[in-house]
Parts: sequence; structure tokens; C-alpha cells
Amino acid sequence: MHDLIAITPLGSDVARQDRVGALTLTEVPDWALASVAARPGQEDACHAALTAFLGATLPGPGHAVAGGAFGAFWTGPEQWMIEASYTGHQDLAGEVKAVVGKNASVTDQGDGWCRFDLVGEGLNAVLERLCNLDLSRMGSGSASRTAIEHMGCFVVFRSAGASVSVIGGRSAAGSLHHAILTAMRAVP
Amino acid sequence: MTQVNRLSGGLIDRSQTLSFTFDGKRYRGHGGDTLASALLANGVRLMGRSFKYHRPRGVLSAGSEEPNALVELRTGARQEPNTRATTAELFDGLEAKSQNRWPSLAFDAMAINDRFSAFFTAGFYYKTFMWPAAFWEKLYEPIIRRAAGLGSISLEPDPDSYDKGFMHCDLLVIGAGPAGLSAALTAGRAGARVILADEDYLPGGRLNAETIAVGTQSGSAWAAAVLAELTDLPNVRVMLRTTVIGAFDHGIYGAVERVSDHLAVPPEGKPRQILWRITSKRALLCAGAIERPIAFANNDRPGILLAGALRAYVNRWAAAPARDVVIFGNNDDAHRSAVDLIAKGVHVAAVVDTRARAIARGEYELIAGAQVIGSAGRLGLSRVEVRLASGEIRRIDCGALGVSGGWNPNVHLTCHQRGRPVWREDIAAFVPGPDGPVGLRVAGAAAGLFSTAETLSSGSAAAVAALGDLGISARAARPPETEDAPVAITPFWHVSGGKGRAWLDQQNDVTVKDVKLAHQENFRSVEHLKRYTTLGMATDQGKTSNLGGLAVMAELTGQTIAETGTTIFRPPYTPVALGVLAGRARGKEFRPVRKSPSHRWAEEQGAVFVETGMWLRAQWFPKPGETHWRESVDREVLATRRSVGICDVTTLGKIDVQGSDAAAFLNRIYANGFAKLAVGKVRYGLMLREDGIAMDDGTAARLAQDHFVVTTTTANAVSVYRHMEFARQCLWPDMDVQLISTTESWAQFSVAGPNARRLLQKVVDPEHDLSNAAFPYMACGEITVCGGLRARLFRISFSGELAYEIAVPTRYGDAMIRRLMAAGAEFDVVAYGTEALGVMRIEKGHAAGNELNGTTTARNLGMAQMMSRAKDSIGAVLSEREGLTAPDGLVLVGLRPVDPSQQVLAGAHLMIRGTVANAANDQGYITSAAYSPNLGYSIGLALLRNGAARIGEVIEAVSPLTGLNVEVEVVSPHFIDPEGERLRA
Repeated sequence: MHDLIAITPLGSDVARQDRVGALTLTEVPDWALASVAARPGQEDACHAALTAFLGATLPGPGHAVAGGAFGAFWTGPEQWMIEASYTGHQDLAGEVKAVVGKNASVTDQGDGWCRFDLVGEGLNAVLERLCNLDLSRMGSGSASRTAIEHMGCFVVFRSAGASVSVIGGRSAAGSLHHAILTAMRAVP
Repeated sequence: MTQVNRLSGGLIDRSQTLSFTFDGKRYRGHGGDTLASALLANGVRLMGRSFKYHRPRGVLSAGSEEPNALVELRTGARQEPNTRATTAELFDGLEAKSQNRWPSLAFDAMAINDRFSAFFTAGFYYKTFMWPAAFWEKLYEPIIRRAAGLGSISLEPDPDSYDKGFMHCDLLVIGAGPAGLSAALTAGRAGARVILADEDYLPGGRLNAETIAVGTQSGSAWAAAVLAELTDLPNVRVMLRTTVIGAFDHGIYGAVERVSDHLAVPPEGKPRQILWRITSKRALLCAGAIERPIAFANNDRPGILLAGALRAYVNRWAAAPARDVVIFGNNDDAHRSAVDLIAKGVHVAAVVDTRARAIARGEYELIAGAQVIGSAGRLGLSRVEVRLASGEIRRIDCGALGVSGGWNPNVHLTCHQRGRPVWREDIAAFVPGPDGPVGLRVAGAAAGLFSTAETLSSGSAAAVAALGDLGISARAARPPETEDAPVAITPFWHVSGGKGRAWLDQQNDVTVKDVKLAHQENFRSVEHLKRYTTLGMATDQGKTSNLGGLAVMAELTGQTIAETGTTIFRPPYTPVALGVLAGRARGKEFRPVRKSPSHRWAEEQGAVFVETGMWLRAQWFPKPGETHWRESVDREVLATRRSVGICDVTTLGKIDVQGSDAAAFLNRIYANGFAKLAVGKVRYGLMLREDGIAMDDGTAARLAQDHFVVTTTTANAVSVYRHMEFARQCLWPDMDVQLISTTESWAQFSVAGPNARRLLQKVVDPEHDLSNAAFPYMACGEITVCGGLRARLFRISFSGELAYEIAVPTRYGDAMIRRLMAAGAEFDVVAYGTEALGVMRIEKGHAAGNELNGTTTARNLGMAQMMSRAKDSIGAVLSEREGLTAPDGLVLVGLRPVDPSQQVLAGAHLMIRGTVANAANDQGYITSAAYSPNLGYSIGLALLRNGAARIGEVIEAVSPLTGLNVEVEVVSPHFIDPEGERLRA
């Protein structure tokens, strides 16, 4: 086991948490992510392997699923992100590659992104100041790519109107966190 | 000061008394007042001076169309000029000032302009300040700007914040008057997602200004009841203080919400305003109508206002401009003002109607077939002059005159996408044409339907039709009983005769005579009329003046008003603060900041950062005692070449390329060959644009038969990825290749210098053999470090030294740089920044962004031999174009000064010695330059005509702008280790 100590996307040793009114914003560093793209002609085999791996049906466009230890959200035609906790899944991409084999291309993405969970009643009022999603259409299990203050992000609706994950580029974690926190403070 | 002209009733909250000042004098008003209504209630009619002639002016209107009562609100950094007193909500402590006057509003020295008005007619500036041309910017414009009234700004940074936001709906209803409320109610009850936006803080529109009953309720009570129901509907969002400012493509509307303008200071953290982008499936314009004045001599005196505004002040705000009033109009609606004023106890001295057959609607004297031809009174109206049908002149004392020339539907938003309004003779007004924005319908007065009954039913019907498009079935409720009077108007635009100027555009001081002058000088099209006279070009965009101006022009040209047409209406509907367009993007938050994994560590080292492609990169790491950046950079370069240095290169773009066709794909992307690159090897690659020009360079490492990692330059990471995705999806969709960015997934460090291997051997796990035989130059592989952390190692070199790039998962980047620096202590390791990186790559003769500048080809860069002719690739064909292959083309060379104490400067142009330094003699230019601490003098890279054949030639580097002229010798671009022995060591 190596002896290097990880830092969070915000550059700290501990995950940051902010509370504003009924809303809580939490940095989630214990999180692994791997991208999967089915190879042409191998789609069915890829779907079958991933469905078995997730313990859930692969999500279609605009959606996310949560299986047992794993979750997934759709990112493009025949492309998904697979989520898990980092603890126990440090090589998530390796785990996924082991099940899909030559049927899909898998890339480790966990360190390329940062994830902030925004939880609490009224979070849609915050999101509508940040991104151009039609929030009343975003039910539980929705997921979409969007732009927040010029940053390409994914927003995964864990529970509609009550809990979302905002996933953005890790290098701009500070700017993304600042944007979300500013909007939390700005809403009535 | 008591509120001398405050009447009874109204929709103000008398339990709330608000104190405010105007020009330093203290007044009181009530909750629900605007600054204008409170000033009128306090007997103040004079509110400003006009733009050009500094004429005393008061309010003309009671809404956002106001051209005259423009004031400065607040003080200090929050001071805002040119704010309409008619829309400024009163709050306790409001400080307002009149503008465009000196020394005071009552005595304005600049009013002298008015005496010389004959010199200041339309076109005056164009004719007078034509020459000398150089005088315009330095002399004329500053003087004119100082004299003309534009208010003043504090020049301090705006202390407020502004937000942007996004909303979506089935139906956007613009305006919450009777039509809008009726539409929103119909759509809301049907379950549609509705947004109802109104610029006012009190919904109801004209219902709040009239005494018209709706059903058994007053109009305002009906509006309040509808609002209450709408507020309870979860599918309806009511946005008050929100102006829809523009109709944009695809059903998207811009709206500005004034969140905190009615408060002294926005609450902590809350925005002052929000710019909303509303994506609607359908939209309904219920923006109502704006009354238009009739021009007559001296029709701009304080106390002369629109008849509808006059009764709005009386009915809604219980404020009268004066106790004796005359009404002047050409339509039945004007008579409503007389009736309402009398009901409030205001004395109506007479109603002057231009129509000979007009009928009185109440107990007042009607003077039919007559015209108001002039006014009198210093700083405010005291008397009007009426020309009776008989031709006799009669003078009537009064403190206010309500004027009505009819109503213009608010067609603005229907024209934002070049729609043209249509003239309707029966109501003497332009109504929305059939070519408005897709998905936008119009209802109520905005559609030319003026009776209350028509507005209610048209709003409801339009909502049903709009929802019908969306497959949502809605039923129009039976509208309540209400007023349903037809429009009765005889067009009348301006009074002829009378002494003095008749004003059309009061904000820009344009008169009937100015329009006549424009006609006389052949500026006859409405667009020319507008530019020549500035009619309608002020911040009110001519809401009360445009039609009057074009009606006068129509008369002069003998055309109809329909033939004359209107100018183009453009967004924003009302003035918008620039701050709200910027939103949160200001100062350091102008754009996102990207930080590398070693950022925290670099900060601890006191690194000086530079922004590259939004990344903050360490530029150099100053040590104690170093007073100049060159000292730090020289030290970093020398230490790296002597022993070992470490640089964070995470910011370089990394693209994961996988699939059975990955090699074939890269073979088409890169100009050089990749098909045969062995697994475990890296190759330098140059990609061309389709036009044959170099696009970007980098490396591609083959990690497996079907897996590559491509690197790009920092600045081009996104554009290269986009280019490759385009090729994958659109050019060769049949290839089995998948791409994804991994730039941020890996913290990558360059470890360079003769001791690089020895340093790395201390962190790379021992099972990985780093010997030159096992891991030679251009090798790559997946390894583990520090006892099992997965990592990637690439033996590539930008510095020209024995060098590696080591990548670990980003979360361990901070730990890794600390570990590398600790492990390197015995080798006197240094961290080096982008400056040292740049110096070393210039010493090595590596091209970078300065050379790949969008104009250079592989030939120019000295890479012609790299281009593979055995295959096709993007840009290969066009790189052989005539002109790109000319034998005397630019080629990358090195330069060193003949006199080593001289400096080589990037940007300088190259000339043959003794020739005149001009474009015709230009031999090329210096792309990069640096001081080489290894060589002890300044060096440069340059693109030189036929450069390869000119090694040894001495030429001149010149910059005629700065007087630079240095003799330089053309040398190989490889200043250090030209044979490449170091990097293969």
C-alpha cells in the first residue's frame, strides 16, 4: 500500500461543507468515476455486462441509476459514467474494464472531476441561477450535462428538488464551489 | 412640507410614511408611491432640465415610457443617473437629485442654450463641427458632452451584485394588466406552466389607474383577487418588478428583475437585479398601450402631462399635479380623465376637444372643435391658450394640462425580430403585424383592443389558442361584466400656429420644426429622420414621440402614415444597467480559474503565477535574496541542466484514445505516421488544419494495441479535443474509436536533468526497471510508485535533458510533488516554472505556440521530413499548395547577437544588412527570444526566408517602432546538445 495522502478537489485535507439556511453544500472526495463507451457492434454485449455489474438497467439519455455499490449516468450515445465510492474502488476503471473487456473503452475519470452535493429544500432556486436546465422536468434520477458559469458540468438529480450532485472539472473546483455557494446566498 | 396635492383614496399605504429628499429638500410620501407621484403630491412639478436646451420639465407620463423626469438616485457608489422618477419606487431615506442643471434646478445657467435655439436645430452638430476633423474628439465632443444632460456617475465600482438565471415555461405572459391576468388565469387553471411578468410592482396595469369596475369589483380589486389565485397555483410563477426586455430566437425572452431597487441597500449577499433568460414554448404579449401627446407651442411646460397619466396619478396614487386642470384631446378616452378628476375633487376648468362633434361625459365645460395652441408659466404651467372653433383665442388658468392624442399599442417585442407593425386607420394606431417572433401572440391593448371587456376576453382566448398549439386543452372562463366602449378618435398630431416650439421628443429636445427641417433637407425616410433629428434616439426610444414625428413627416411628404412606416424597434425595451448584463462575471470572477494539483504546494513556495488557458501556472519560484525574475529563472534553468528540475505539466491537454481503430484514427489526425508505433512507445506528433497549416503539436503514447494517450499544448487542449471529436463523429463515423479528455485526471510532472533517473528511481517501485536499456528515450509505461500507487511514466523531453514525465491520479498530485522534492534534495533538485521551461525549449530549439501561430506549416517549422507521404491525413493535400511550398519560404532558425551584450527581442523583423527596414525588404521575424544562462547571451528563434540555407549569415533584427537595430547571426535553432545525446543518456 502506498503512503501518499490525497487532497480534496478544493485543495484541502478534509472535505468542505457549507450550510446556508436549509441548504447544505458538501464536497465529496470519496468518489470514483469511470467512463465507458461501447464499441461499435459490441453494444449489446456491453449493455449486458454493465447491467450485471451495476445490478440495474443502464440509464437512457438524461438519466441516472443507482444500483448497490455503483451508480451510472448517461453522457452521450452509448456512453456512460460509472460511479462508486473511492474507498474500496480505487481502480474503478479496472473493475469496469474487467467486465466489459473488448466490448467497450473504459477510462478512469475520478480524478478529473470534482463533486459537490447540494441538499435541502429549495435547491432548485439555487440551480436556476446557475444553469439552463428545465428544473421542473428534472425528476429523481435525471442527469444532464450543462454549463455553470462557463464550466461544463454534469448535474445528477439524486432526489428531485432535494438532493443533487454537481460534477465539474477538478481544476476549477474552487470556481465551481464559489459559484454554487454565491447562488445559495443570493436566493431568497 | 405637507403633501399639498395629496387626494383621498388611491392604492397607496397611508399607514406607511416615507421620508425622502429631492435636491436636498426633505419630503414625505407613502408606501406604494413612486418618486414622481410623491413629488406631485408634495406640489413639485419641476423635476428636471431638458437635454439640449435645458428647458424646465416635469413628468409627462406615469410609467416606463417617461422622457422627462430623469433623476439621479442615491449617493456615493450607488448613485445612478437617468433614472425615471415614474418607475422609481419610493423608500424611506431615498435621496434623489435633479440632473443636467447648474447651479440649481430653478435657475439653470445652461438654459441660455434655449435663447440660442435657432442655432441648435437638427443637424447643427453635423454642420458646425465638421472641421477641422481633429477637433471633434479632443475639443468639440467633450464640450458638448459637458453641456448636454446625461447625468453624472460616481466613477466608483458598483458595490452591488447581479445575478443571471434561467426559467422555462409553457406560456410566458408579458404584462399583468387585464389581458395578461386573464391569460395567466386561463392558462394557470388549465395546469400549464405559466410565467407572468410585469415591470410594475403592482399587477393590474391600467386597472389600477382607472375607475372601471370589473364584475362587481373595482378593477384593482379584481386584479388583486386574480393575483391571489395565481400565487396559489403551483404551476404559475408571478414575476413582479420584472421587465421583459427582448424577444430572442427560439422562444427565448430576456427579462430583468429588479430585486432590490425598491430598498435602500440590497440585503447581504442578495443581488440588486437578475437577468433572466426565459425559454418559453409560447409567449403572449399583453404589454398594453402608451398614450401619445399632441404637439403644440410650449407643450413641454411642467404640469403638462398625458391625460391617462394624469388620472393614473389621481386614481392610483391620490396625487394631483395641480388643483385646476384642463384636458386636451382628440378622443373619447381623454374625457375619462375629466370625469375621474372631478370625482376626486380636482377642478376641471375645461375639456378642449379637437373634434367639433365631441360630447361631454360629465359636469365640465366642453370646448369642442378647439385646440390648445400655447402655454404660459415660469417653471410650471399657469395658463393655456385655446383657439376656439371660431378662431377666437381664450386663455384659461390652470396648473396642469392632460393631453391625449390617442393610444399606441406596445408592439415593441413583436418587432425585435424584424417584424413590422401594421397601421390601422379605424383606431389610428400601429398594431402588431403578422410577422412577429415565432410562438408569440398578442392580446389586449397591445393588439389594439382597447376596451376592458376586449382585453379580458382576448387575453383568455389567446391563452387558449397558445396552449392549443401545445396540446394542452384550456377553457376560456366567461369574462366578468365590464366597460366595453369602442375607440372613438379623430387623428390629430400637432397644432399649427401658436408662438414657440412644439415638442415631439422631449427627452432629445426634437420639435415639429426639426422634422420640417429634415424634410426640407431631404432626410425623409423615417430612418433618416431619426438619425438627422435624433428623434426617438434617447433612452426612452421615442415611446411617446416616434409616431408624432412620423405623422408630421407623412403630412409633409403627402404619404400616409402606413406608407411612412416606423423605425426598427430593438431590445432592450427599457434601459438596462450594464451590471446586470455582466452578472457575476466581474473582477476575479470574470471567468473560472483552473488550478494545477501542485497549486497549494507552489503557493507555499511563493511561486509567481501566470494565467495560461485559464490555468494558473507557476511562472518561477523566487528564493530569498532574488530581486529580479531573471535571477530566479536563470537559477532554475542552470540547476535543471546541471542536476535535476521538476515542473508541473498537468495543464497540457491529455486525450484518451481507445478502440480497435485508434492507431488508424491517429494516423489520419497527425501529419506524421502513427500506425506502426509500438506499444510502450511515445512519438512526437504534428497535426495540421484542413488548410495545411500547423494546428497543434504534442505526443501520442501507445499504452496498448487499442489505447493511446495524446497530449496537446495547454492552450489548445479544448480545440484539439473538439477537432478530434468532429473527425470521429462526422468525418469517420465508421471507425471504432472512442475519445475522452483525461487532462485533469492525472497530475503530471516533468522530471528533467542528468539526475532525473536517479531521482525517479527513489519513488518508482523497484520492480520497474528505469535503466536506459529497459526504458529508453521515447518509452512509456504503466508503473506504480511509492509502494503501489498506479502511475504512468513517459520518457519525453521538452528541455533537451534526460527527462521523464510522471503522472499520478490527481488527488495525489500534491503528495507527489512533495515526495519528488524531498527525494531530490540530495541532488539539489529545483522546481521550475513556465519561464524556465520556455528558456530551455528555446535553447533546445523546440517550436511552441509562438511558432505554431496559425500561419506556419510543417515546412516553416523545419519538420517537412516528418510529413508522411505514405498515407493521407487532415491537411496533407492542402499543405502542398502553391505558396506553401515555395523554396524561399520561412524556415525556423536560431539567432544569436553578434555583440553578446545585445538583446534579441521577440517580434523584431529581420532585414538584410544595409537595406531599408520596410515591408518589401522583410526577411522574416523573431518568434521567441530569451536570455540563455547556459550560453551567457540572449538567443532567439525566428522564421527566416530560406532560413536553412542561411546559417552563418549576419542580418539585422529591427523594430522601427522602438528604434531597435541589432546585428544577429543566423544559427541552428538547437543551441544546446544538437545531437540529442543528453536526452538519450
